[in-house]
Amino acid sequence: MTPPPRMDPDALLQVEDLSVRFRSDTGVVSALNGVTLAVRPGETVALVGESGSGKSVTSLAIMRLTPSPPGCEVGGRVWLRGTDGRPVDLLALPGEAMRKVRGDRIAMIFQEPMTSLNPVLTIGEQIAEAIAVHRGTSRASAWNAAGELLELVGIPEPRARLATYPHHLSGGMRQRVMIAIALSCDPALLIADEPTTALDVTVQAQILDLLRRLQKRTGMAVIFITHNLGVVAEIADRVMVMYAGRIVEEAAMRTLFQAPRMPYTVKLMRSVPRLQIGGERVALEAIPGSVPDPTNLPPGCAFAPRCSHAMEGTCDVVGPDLEEVQPGHFVRCVRWRELAGGTAR
Amino acid sequence: MIRFLLRRLAQSLLLLWLVSVIGFAVLHLAPGGPLAEFTLIPGMTTAQLKLIAHQMGLDRPLPVQYWEWFRRMLVGNWGRSYRDSQPVLDVIASHLGPTLELMVSSTIIAILLGTWVGVLGAIRRYSVFDYLATVGAMIALSIPTFWFGLVVIYIFSVELAWLPAGNLYTIGNGSFVDYAVHLISPSIVLALVTIAIWSRYLRASMLEVVNQDYIRTARAKGMPERTILFRHTIRNALLPMITIAGLQLPTLLSGALVTETVFTWPGMGRLFLDSIGYRDYPVVMGILMFSAVLVLLGNLIADLLYAAADPRIRLD
Repeated sequence: MTPPPRMDPDALLQVEDLSVRFRSDTGVVSALNGVTLAVRPGETVALVGESGSGKSVTSLAIMRLTPSPPGCEVGGRVWLRGTDGRPVDLLALPGEAMRKVRGDRIAMIFQEPMTSLNPVLTIGEQIAEAIAVHRGTSRASAWNAAGELLELVGIPEPRARLATYPHHLSGGMRQRVMIAIALSCDPALLIADEPTTALDVTVQAQILDLLRRLQKRTGMAVIFITHNLGVVAEIADRVMVMYAGRIVEEAAMRTLFQAPRMPYTVKLMRSVPRLQIGGERVALEAIPGSVPDPTNLPPGCAFAPRCSHAMEGTCDVVGPDLEEVQPGHFVRCVRWRELAGGTAR
Repeated sequence: MIRFLLRRLAQSLLLLWLVSVIGFAVLHLAPGGPLAEFTLIPGMTTAQLKLIAHQMGLDRPLPVQYWEWFRRMLVGNWGRSYRDSQPVLDVIASHLGPTLELMVSSTIIAILLGTWVGVLGAIRRYSVFDYLATVGAMIALSIPTFWFGLVVIYIFSVELAWLPAGNLYTIGNGSFVDYAVHLISPSIVLALVTIAIWSRYLRASMLEVVNQDYIRTARAKGMPERTILFRHTIRNALLPMITIAGLQLPTLLSGALVTETVFTWPGMGRLFLDSIGYRDYPVVMGILMFSAVLVLLGNLIADLLYAAADPRIRLD
């Protein structure tokens, strides 16, 4: 297997030109159109975007868990640094080798803790089987390790909980169990696909806090997928904003919040409700229109039809490339220089 | 749990009573009657017929007849057969064995084959096998049992002479193998419809489970596909099948009626049919009540099994 020509020597995961297309009755759905990103060990990268922007598909494609109906094509490269330091292209791995990566080097947690656990298996069985399959340990020691994991993720009476079924637990507790499963084999990378979206706000905060503590302890990298900018500000080191299956802006978290360059990012931030009492209520700015149809993407910039800065003859004709605003800050907009000159409203 | 059982018991008793009333009414409303065979005796007079009817209690109003039958049934006196004066319970007991043998063997065939076809159809969805299974199930459901039975007899007994055409065993040969060989054709014929139903429901159930989030979780954990199939998918997909199996019991009983007739199998189904022909009221009522109890019991067992298999279900 040829190593990537330009793999960032610091990167744990480097995704190059990842694309996912599948044929449907209405045409070819372009779910992902050339996503390139890198994740360094120990850092938290947030993927942000509206529903249908390709955040989840990106994570599923990295894990090779995209639903595989006939006619689904995944293209590009997903380089993961192995334990020996050598990069491996996950998309080129044989199925069995990829299975061994899942849950071991890369783990994943999902949005719906209520349905993500098997209802007829005990929590202990569901954690222990992951340990047993990757580590080949005995049932007893896997069970023991499962108890320790439950304790680690802050479940009260962890040993007693092992023998209970998922329906005995609340959503927050189930998400903790999911995290315990994900951490069971000490992954180098955790992909968290909207792990707090389905939870109450107070529980959200607890789970975020837990993830941060565990990350500090294990040194794993996290790809955090969310549409909640508040959560992004809370947890991310770097942020990638996605739109219509592409990354449209990438920057360090602070840079992105202080000086967003892509009009879409700007609009996205203005559409977040703010906590404030007194004074005049600021009207929320909704972004007009909706995400473009992935079977029929506009020829130029995918955001142009909804963008107030769109220039006829330019934005709807030329698909912009990611351009570097400053080191580490990239934006996909042909007009970013003009707009940065103070007119970015 | 106790409360659940008590409630189910009360419901079942009410249901059994309704079955007895409706069964009794329908049976007596049907034209003809047990006296028909006496009318053919040469020299029989109307006066004598009336006397016989009086002895059998048939001249009394229907509600009174029902009450008499009901009162005795409660204390275990189910009456005697009009045909051979044997106690009804003895008659039923002597025919129960062959029917149970048939039901058990056909159920085993149906569940094994139906599970295999259903699971394979689901994991190889839209494959040639899946299409064949779909068409096959449709055909199996539309073929009348008696016709299929006759075809099996024609092919395997008449043309190929591999299997016996009927009866429990060859007279003069009571070996286990002989019994088993006689069981093959009727079991397969009786199993056919159940295989079709079972495989279709299981396929649908499998396809639903396959798309569940927890199956994706299992994949994300790196579980091998075999483990995902057996430990996570089939186990969940089989849960609703317990109910289906409970519901299949009456079909099995009524299917046995036709199958037993085609294969001259001395079971409950044929006894029922013959007894209706003779208007043997006590035996017909006895079989009716017995089958009803069997069906209710089957459903209760299905519910208990479901509760045992699915930790989310609690009976109360």
